Amino acid sequence: MTGLIMQITFLLVLAVAGYILFRRISRIRKNILLGKGEAHNNHSSERFKNMLLIAFGQKKMFKKVIPALLHLALYVGFVVINLEVLEFVLDGIFGTHRIFAPTLGGFYTIPINIFEFLAVAVIISCVIFLWRRNVLTIRRFHAQELTSWPKLDANIILIVEIVLMLAILTMNATDQILQDRPDASYPETGFLFFSALLIPLFEGLSTGTLIFIERFAWWFHIIGILGFAIYITYSKHLHIFMAFPNTYYARLAPKGKMENMPAVTKEVQIMLGVPPENGDVTINAEEISRFGAKDINDLDWRDIMGAYACTECGRCTAECPANQTGKKLSPRKIMMDTRDRAEDVGKDLEKGGKGLEDGKSLLDNYITREEINACTSCNACVEACPVSINPLSIILQMRRYVAMEEAQSPASWNAMFSNIENNFAPWKFAPSDRFNWADELKNESAATQKEKHN
Amino acid sequence: MAEMVAEGEEAEVLFWVGCAGSYDDRYKRVTKAFVKILHKVGIKFAVLGQEESCTGDPARRAGNEFLFQMQAASNIQVLNGYNVKKIVTACPHCFNTLKNEYPELGGDYEVIHHSTFLQQLINEGKIKLEGGGTFKGKKITYHDSCFLGRANNIYEAPREVLEALDADLIEMKRCRTKGFCCGAGGAQMFKDAEPGRKEVNIDRTEEALSTGAQTIAVACPFCMTMMSDGVKNKNKEKEVSVKDIAELIAENEKL
Ligand code: SF4
Ligand code: SF4
Repeated sequence: MTGLIMQITFLLVLAVAGYILFRRISRIRKNILLGKGEAHNNHSSERFKNMLLIAFGQKKMFKKVIPALLHLALYVGFVVINLEVLEFVLDGIFGTHRIFAPTLGGFYTIPINIFEFLAVAVIISCVIFLWRRNVLTIRRFHAQELTSWPKLDANIILIVEIVLMLAILTMNATDQILQDRPDASYPETGFLFFSALLIPLFEGLSTGTLIFIERFAWWFHIIGILGFAIYITYSKHLHIFMAFPNTYYARLAPKGKMENMPAVTKEVQIMLGVPPENGDVTINAEEISRFGAKDINDLDWRDIMGAYACTECGRCTAECPANQTGKKLSPRKIMMDTRDRAEDVGKDLEKGGKGLEDGKSLLDNYITREEINACTSCNACVEACPVSINPLSIILQMRRYVAMEEAQSPASWNAMFSNIENNFAPWKFAPSDRFNWADELKNESAATQKEKHN
Repeated sequence: MAEMVAEGEEAEVLFWVGCAGSYDDRYKRVTKAFVKILHKVGIKFAVLGQEESCTGDPARRAGNEFLFQMQAASNIQVLNGYNVKKIVTACPHCFNTLKNEYPELGGDYEVIHHSTFLQQLINEGKIKLEGGGTFKGKKITYHDSCFLGRANNIYEAPREVLEALDADLIEMKRCRTKGFCCGAGGAQMFKDAEPGRKEVNIDRTEEALSTGAQTIAVACPFCMTMMSDGVKNKNKEKEVSVKDIAELIAENEKL
């Protein structure tokens, strides 16, 4: 292949990948925006700080040190090695080879050595992660919801990362040999420590074969990366991007605070004859098209974004008291179901189908009532999630739908509701007995007084 | 409260007793213990008595937003009517709702949980705990309430109160941010648990018992019920007692 054909091929590959990526990203964006809610552009400095600490700084990962360090290697590796991809892309477009090598001169060796070091760190981390996932019995990796695809997905990602890193090392090893071959014109890179270890594997090969291997590794790596970029939009690996907006837009109020429903406030005020603060007594019909959440379009868009940010790591489920005592509820599954539903609806809409009106809904077809009823709203899942996802929010919004739209809450909850309504306490006690403790206290202290006197 | 207002007096703080504190026989003892402490330190406080009503927390967590907002609206009317500024409560659920959820609905108060309140009294020297008291060297473990801890970031106040008792505070493995729920939050108190391997409170009680503590300290009426039931279930009620931090202080002070 001549240089020009290579350049054209490269541009074509880049354009196709870019187009597919663009379509996928706009699809995901549309899926997220099926949800409702405000833009949440307030408190930007606090939000920015959260994003820096939690997504960029990996703060919440460090609750568990070993996985945190391994993950950090992957993360730093991913970010930094992408700088090398920049050189790949420029070389591809301009038909050059190692475009930065001549300009950077002797300095070029340093970043490339750093990239190689990170590549090795990534490989080691991935191997350990594969072993942790598949050999060790870590409970959160063996849950019910983590079968077939989610499990395969995790393994594919790890293996692909290993292969991509090996491609870089192979490319650099053959490149180093070619630099010394008189019949090839490869620019000097300086001594590359890690890939040099691979040189014995390739040394005996002819220059032509070496050039082929070097070029093959180059193409393999760049196409691999582009393919990977598309793949992750279908995979839990999307968290590497979504973690950033998700931590930025995460709820800032104390975890115990449930989100208010202004439409209900307005109705209650009208019922009680209190003029609403803004004097607006009309109830916006659209505002209360449905109380609570039955499907993804009833959720806050941040909850769907959370579903796309979920790593399926299961830290939430591992901390969930309901899950730990064998109930069906798993906060991770809540997030996975939400994402599945969003993807299914999105795919259907793309095909011109009915989308949300397909006769299915997030509640019942994906998440069961038994699951949402089991939640103690303890916030353990919210606390545990390394990217600030809030599974509890979805659960509570679904309970609202069941209670207010269907009046299908468990019977004992309905009994509790009527106790509050009639007796002003969740238990069936007479309101007139509410203050009895004070009389008891008086009697008791009178009795102790008497005792002291005797 | 009505009486105080009628007599032209002003309360420093309103003690929000809560439904459990008003009706539950076990938790009424906590209410009384806390009132004794308030009397002892001479704080002018008021209670709403029969004018108090459920904050609506269980209704809201179970999904009945209407009922919650009805409760909130009428409670806020009463509280604002008395011009209440500061509220103390022993119930983390009431605390959370009053503090975090009422402001949006027109009820803005300074709300304090009794653990923080007691901690302040100790720090200010208003409660002077004499060393060598009833609990000196006794093993106590503290069970974090989700609605105090994770929900509102109150982890240290109850612990500081216990430390002031000079007791030997032992932590369970799952504590603070990793604390394990008693199983009653989110309106679970008012229905049977979903089928599973175990009840949440049994799991937690086993953990508490395994520390070898003679006392399981709690700071929430729901935790109190769940842990007491757990201890009973394990036939350990003779050796191990479940007590609220206010009760421990009152006991230490022989109130
Ligand atoms: S809030 Fe609900 S889902 Fe989350 S950990 Fe607690 S019980 Fe589980
Ligand atoms: S919600 Fe958070 S903690 Fe749970 S699996 Fe997803 S990323 Fe992990």
